[in-house]
Amino acid sequence: MMTFQEIKKSFLAAIWFMFLTFPIMVIKVNTIEKTIEWHWWRMAAVGLGAFGLSFLWRYLIRRKEAGKRKAEVGGEDKQTLVQRLLSNPRFYLPGLIATAVMVVAFPFVFSLYQTNIMITALIYVVVGLGLNIVVGLAGLLDLGYVAFYAVGAYSYALLNVHFGVSFWMALPIGAALAFLFGILLGFPVLRLRGDYLAIVTLGFGEIIRLVLENWNEFSFGPSGIANIPKPGLFGIDLNLQQSTTFIYFLMIALALMTIFVVRRLQDSRIGRAWIALREDEVACQAMGIDKTRTKLSAFALGATWAGMGGVVFAAKTTFINPTSFTIWESIIILCVVVLGGMGSIVGVIIGAMILILLPEYLRAFSEYRMLIFGVILVLMMVFRPGGIISDVRRTYKFEGLGNKTENKSQ
Amino acid sequence: MLELTDIQTFYGNIQALKGVSMEIAKGEIVTLIGANGAGKTTTLMSICGAVPPRSGAIKFEGRTIDNLSPNEIVALGISQVPEGRRIFPYLSVAENLDMGAFLRNDRDGVKEDMEYIFELFPILAERRHQAGGTLSGGEQQMLAISRALMARPRMLLLDEPSLGLAPLVVKRIFEIIRQINTENKTTIFLVEQNANLALKVAHRGYVMENGRIIMSDKAQNLLTNEDVRKAYLGI
Repeated sequence: MMTFQEIKKSFLAAIWFMFLTFPIMVIKVNTIEKTIEWHWWRMAAVGLGAFGLSFLWRYLIRRKEAGKRKAEVGGEDKQTLVQRLLSNPRFYLPGLIATAVMVVAFPFVFSLYQTNIMITALIYVVVGLGLNIVVGLAGLLDLGYVAFYAVGAYSYALLNVHFGVSFWMALPIGAALAFLFGILLGFPVLRLRGDYLAIVTLGFGEIIRLVLENWNEFSFGPSGIANIPKPGLFGIDLNLQQSTTFIYFLMIALALMTIFVVRRLQDSRIGRAWIALREDEVACQAMGIDKTRTKLSAFALGATWAGMGGVVFAAKTTFINPTSFTIWESIIILCVVVLGGMGSIVGVIIGAMILILLPEYLRAFSEYRMLIFGVILVLMMVFRPGGIISDVRRTYKFEGLGNKTENKSQ
Repeated sequence: MLELTDIQTFYGNIQALKGVSMEIAKGEIVTLIGANGAGKTTTLMSICGAVPPRSGAIKFEGRTIDNLSPNEIVALGISQVPEGRRIFPYLSVAENLDMGAFLRNDRDGVKEDMEYIFELFPILAERRHQAGGTLSGGEQQMLAISRALMARPRMLLLDEPSLGLAPLVVKRIFEIIRQINTENKTTIFLVEQNANLALKVAHRGYVMENGRIIMSDKAQNLLTNEDVRKAYLGI
């Protein structure tokens, strides 16, 4: 059903684009022969392209609105295909086994390069799940999250340089230090909310990076710290291939632990407090929820995962310097959470995979990488504002509460 | 049960309460009426600790509470129905009620109370899986009151339960307030602009003007008082 109105609008868009791109697409000055070349066919291409894209855009928007209307009428028919698959045990179990086999076989089937990329993606899964606590569950927009990542990485690097602390000792220490920093930074910041909180956390993130960059005596400044040892396995000497595989499985274990803990947290009393806090602070206070403590716990627990991710990052790359911890990194992690689906664990995992793996495999089009990245983000926000897998909680809410009321009647 | 002595509360440099004293006995419904900006909501905020008073004392069952944080005050048994209802919009009705019982550990008691609520407001039972934000204003107000009751409070603070509701719904809400008071012996402190209805349901009333209590009497006497009738009842 394509109405005349839409064709007209697309046509106007095409004309407008032809006009806009006229100077750069059609006129070309040949500086050697000092003549102007007119590429009229390009104008036609731009017009056709703009018309087509505009039409496609309108079609997709209309489909989305129609879907929304259907959902409103249908009520519970809001579950997407993925969510239905996830909740159906017939697909769920084989899917889980297949995933498990793939995960275990991955480093033996694929090359060292692939395994390395996968480790990076897994680090982002862990860190993303940590940020998911802060942003997705508690609703605190933290733009300086990378600071805790830096705290973790630097605590391993510095403790190793000065005291020869091993990876396994540094992992809990890095996590604890990040937790501590989360509380320290959280205290002054958490009186703010929304945009203000975002800006102040952004500032704190930059402060940590600038300190690391300029305090040469402490952090070796911009030249960073090299030769950080990879994690050891009971003193066995590992070659590069083996140690990469080892780190891979270590990250898998860490990711599984993170998923487990975050799930438990989500269903706990504090998790409910976070979700309530995200929805209405004043009401939370009236319910007897300690606002400061709830916010601080979200901030500090989120930071803990970043700290652990940082320790592994330092061990994996064996070299760190402050440029690894810029604001851009915070934004990528935030994108992982938002793109994947705020508050949804599966969503964050998929988000991390897409955002970290895609740019690696798109290296062939490296010039257009950022463009594609941007286009994907914009399209996502228009067509799936809740993320790829929007908050799974919403689906099991119906069943979960159904069970609860059944229990009650028994 | 609750005693306020010479409370002075400030927002920055602006003094909102200029020495408020009042007393609420156990099992009573007490209402605080007054015009816009008189300090009614501020009084309530001072009691529940959201805006602590700068001077004066608030005692709940003999215990000083004006230096406690809001969550500690809720734990003592004072629940609040905030102005404008403040439902959690994306949580379901049942989850909203569950949040009200946040500080409680007795699961069976919470279940019992939820059933009691569903008896009190059958419409909420019907809509228990629905998101709180999709309810109508009246239903949301019922939910807000129910949510506060889920904490099993000994004292309930209500801030303008009639705000933005149709007259019939308001009437129903006030009936329920009465019912809660007689059935559960819950002490109720009601802040209201709708002076007529509030005074009809309450035992005693305080009249507030410019941060001061200017009158206090039995609700019936206030209803017939010439000045009150002129100023607040529009007769």
